[in-house]
Amino acid sequence: MNIIVLTKVVPDIERVKFDAVRGVVDRSSAPQEINPFDLNAIEEAVRLKERHGGRITAISMGPSDVEQTLKDTIARGVDEAILLTDKKFAGSDTLATSYALSQAIKSTGDFDIVICGEKTVDGDTGQVGGEVSEWLGIPYLPYTSKLNYEDGKFKARVELENIIYEVEASPPLLVSVTKDINTPRLPGFREKLNARKTQVKKMDAKGIEADEGRLGFNGSPTWVYKIEVPEEGQRDCKIYKDPESGLKEIMIMLESRDLI
Amino acid sequence: MTANDKREILVFAEQRRGRVHPVTIELLGKAIELSNRLPLMVSSVLLGRDAEGEAQELIYYGSKKVYLFEDSSLYNYDPILYKTNIVALAKEINPYAILFGSTHIGRSLAPRVAASLRTGLTADCTNLSIDEDGAFIQIRPAFTGNILAHIKTKTSPSMSTVRYKVMQRAKRDEKREGTIVKMTPLPNAPSWEVIDERVIEGINLPDAEVIVSGGRGLKRAEDFKMLEELAKLLGGVVGSSRPLVDEGWIGKEHQVGFSGNTVKPKLYIACGISGSPQHLAGMRDSEMIVAINSDPSAPIFRYADMGIIGDIYEIIPKMIEKLKRR
Repeated sequence: MNIIVLTKVVPDIERVKFDAVRGVVDRSSAPQEINPFDLNAIEEAVRLKERHGGRITAISMGPSDVEQTLKDTIARGVDEAILLTDKKFAGSDTLATSYALSQAIKSTGDFDIVICGEKTVDGDTGQVGGEVSEWLGIPYLPYTSKLNYEDGKFKARVELENIIYEVEASPPLLVSVTKDINTPRLPGFREKLNARKTQVKKMDAKGIEADEGRLGFNGSPTWVYKIEVPEEGQRDCKIYKDPESGLKEIMIMLESRDLI
Repeated sequence: MTANDKREILVFAEQRRGRVHPVTIELLGKAIELSNRLPLMVSSVLLGRDAEGEAQELIYYGSKKVYLFEDSSLYNYDPILYKTNIVALAKEINPYAILFGSTHIGRSLAPRVAASLRTGLTADCTNLSIDEDGAFIQIRPAFTGNILAHIKTKTSPSMSTVRYKVMQRAKRDEKREGTIVKMTPLPNAPSWEVIDERVIEGINLPDAEVIVSGGRGLKRAEDFKMLEELAKLLGGVVGSSRPLVDEGWIGKEHQVGFSGNTVKPKLYIACGISGSPQHLAGMRDSEMIVAINSDPSAPIFRYADMGIIGDIYEIIPKMIEKLKRR
């Protein structure tokens, strides 16, 4: 089974700082990591390979300095990691990103399944997977919390909030998985060591035979023209240092608002 | 100018098991407001089966036109079948903008439509407006809620998914008139075959009137039981900040915040929650916010209406007792 995993190297979102003056995330302010949601996608790919054999290719787009971090995907069981890196990709929104990724997927030849995480922690759009499926013209199984392959078909659980579908679909297709689908295993010491010795394959705009008008700033229909630091929402809080009197006031408030 | 000359602002009317999702009514509320800033006609697109009754409701809620695609294959959500018909409609009417609810259906369907139309899509907007030049402005929290990004789209139509429980609902008025335009669904190979379908009775945080939330001030997963008891006495449900969800102490459906649910209940009680920007982004529009925290410098107090500085393990049991005694 030919499996492709889409992954992104992101800054540790809990620690990264925002440069309000330049209006950009200051990526140097925090260490890099594989987008946490992608770890579930990688794990699911590894599970499919364990059961059905095959090969896993991870595809990522980003600046060349994410190369080392990307090797973490290999330590986790990916056979080959591809990094799309080219100045022409800079400034891509989700449409341009999904176009570049879909071109890269096409360049790898036939595949059975593309797996991605639900979203990235930095962009937080959750749009790229769906857009890639459209560029490729293949079915898209979103919010998937269970995945199996039997008799030439994928069987999946698609969660639409309170409605759960058990579906069957034929390859090739694209699946975005939720965090509930599995618990990613930690890579072992030996795997980490071996991964360090491997090479990440780099591809540029030419290598994926991209229409350059669809890449980067030029290929991105959306643009952020203003950043605002929200200040609204602050209230005049009545503070009680003595719990008894605080609780008494809360009870009065609950009654006056018909909450009890 | 007649209605026919106006560009349309098209709302995707999401239906689940034959009923229109309430986020649709919020989208109509926003679309009506925008149609006063620029001469736009509010329309909606509904895909389903025997859905004429719901289409009429959309007119009562302010749609001037409802494009109705009816077929048994459209009763369940199918990304490819839905996309095919919406794309065909968009190419025909060339709308100014298309709005989707930021539900799992909206957030998986809109990317397919946008990529097919080769147009821009902005995720999970919390506000929309139109500037002096008639450009569509999409506002969304970014960077875990620390900033608001204002986004424009160079291509047409502009497309957005819009967060549930953020916009004002449209008012229902049976005197409103509009047209139901019956469309012929286009065939396409479906995305999947639905073998089984079920509805789960989970908690529904966005619709709750009272939410009692726990944060890092909780010491053990079991202590959510204490919050649950308090929530029950107030007819509410339990919420959580992100760290405890990440720890696996409570399910994601309970998570309040930028990467969880946006809520605006009548009463929000934050227990042992410091008030990170990411949490505040999800609850600061609540009608009444009560904070209980032992740290007087916790940011949550600046966003609350009432606050008690103290130990939740002392205060919450006392509050439970007071409520029980009533």
